[in-house]
Amino acid sequence: MSSFFAMGGYAFYVWSSYGAALLILGGIAIFSMVRARQASRRLEELKRAAPHRRRREEAANGA
Amino acid sequence: MHRFANPARFQRLASIILPWSDVLTAGLLVSGLYFALFASPADYQQGETVRIMYIHVPAAWMAMFSYSVMAAASAASLIWKHPLADVAARAAAPIGAGFTAIALITGMLWGEPMWGTWWVWDARLTSVLILFFLYLGYMALVNAIDNPAAAVRAGAILALVGFVNIPIIKFSVDWWNTLHQPASVIKMGGPSIAPSMLLPLVLMALGFHFYFVSVLLRRMRSELDLARVRALEDAIALNSEEAAA
Repeated sequence: MSSFFAMGGYAFYVWSSYGAALLILGGIAIFSMVRARQASRRLEELKRAAPHRRRREEAANGA
Repeated sequence: MHRFANPARFQRLASIILPWSDVLTAGLLVSGLYFALFASPADYQQGETVRIMYIHVPAAWMAMFSYSVMAAASAASLIWKHPLADVAARAAAPIGAGFTAIALITGMLWGEPMWGTWWVWDARLTSVLILFFLYLGYMALVNAIDNPAAAVRAGAILALVGFVNIPIIKFSVDWWNTLHQPASVIKMGGPSIAPSMLLPLVLMALGFHFYFVSVLLRRMRSELDLARVRALEDAIALNSEEAAA
């Protein structure tokens, strides 16, 4: 197992590569997920607060 | 094409696709990582550093793929004024920038032990660095312009002009002398790479494509929700002004 982590002496280069990819892709995915959830939650709040606005607002969206 | 321009229809379509693209992303990346790290051999020349390839090469493909999606969406937004095209272009930019950053970082981490240098100013490396700045420039430009119609137009034009860089990246290793090796997977006459190394490469590349789909759809979805939030907030503000007057 320790030879696996040693990567033939190239541990720093190999694991930094995988770590950087995980950090960047994971960061973008989590950020996008949180943003999507916040946006839909805020939209639901506003819809509940102003239900009579629904039709005009949908017309503005071309629905 | 305008059939999909309806945001409500897009939201329904996205909620059908998202569970599938999420599961495919996870499955392909987990099996890709298994083959990349455990079940593939070390290279007879490069030793274990060859495992950097399974991140570096798919990320570099995705850097160009994301830009192509962004440019195609920008063209659709300019020519057909497709309302979702501009949302797609803006959603693709940060994902592409992320993949380009990964390609650059892993390239340096691979170059240092194998070439003896982190960086050279040759055609391939320089053109990919330019791609990274194109993404950053696009995002900065679109965010800096307050008028939405003008932001859409300026961003789309920048994305399309920058597209000349994509064939330059692809053929830079053939047109100029470079430390970077030429294409060994996507080329005439089929790939010249051992099947045991091609498998993790393909799995990771497919996983990255589905990751792109998942994140793109989520970003487009929140962009559309936020547009409706702004419209509703404006309507409520207008309403209370009318009530006060």
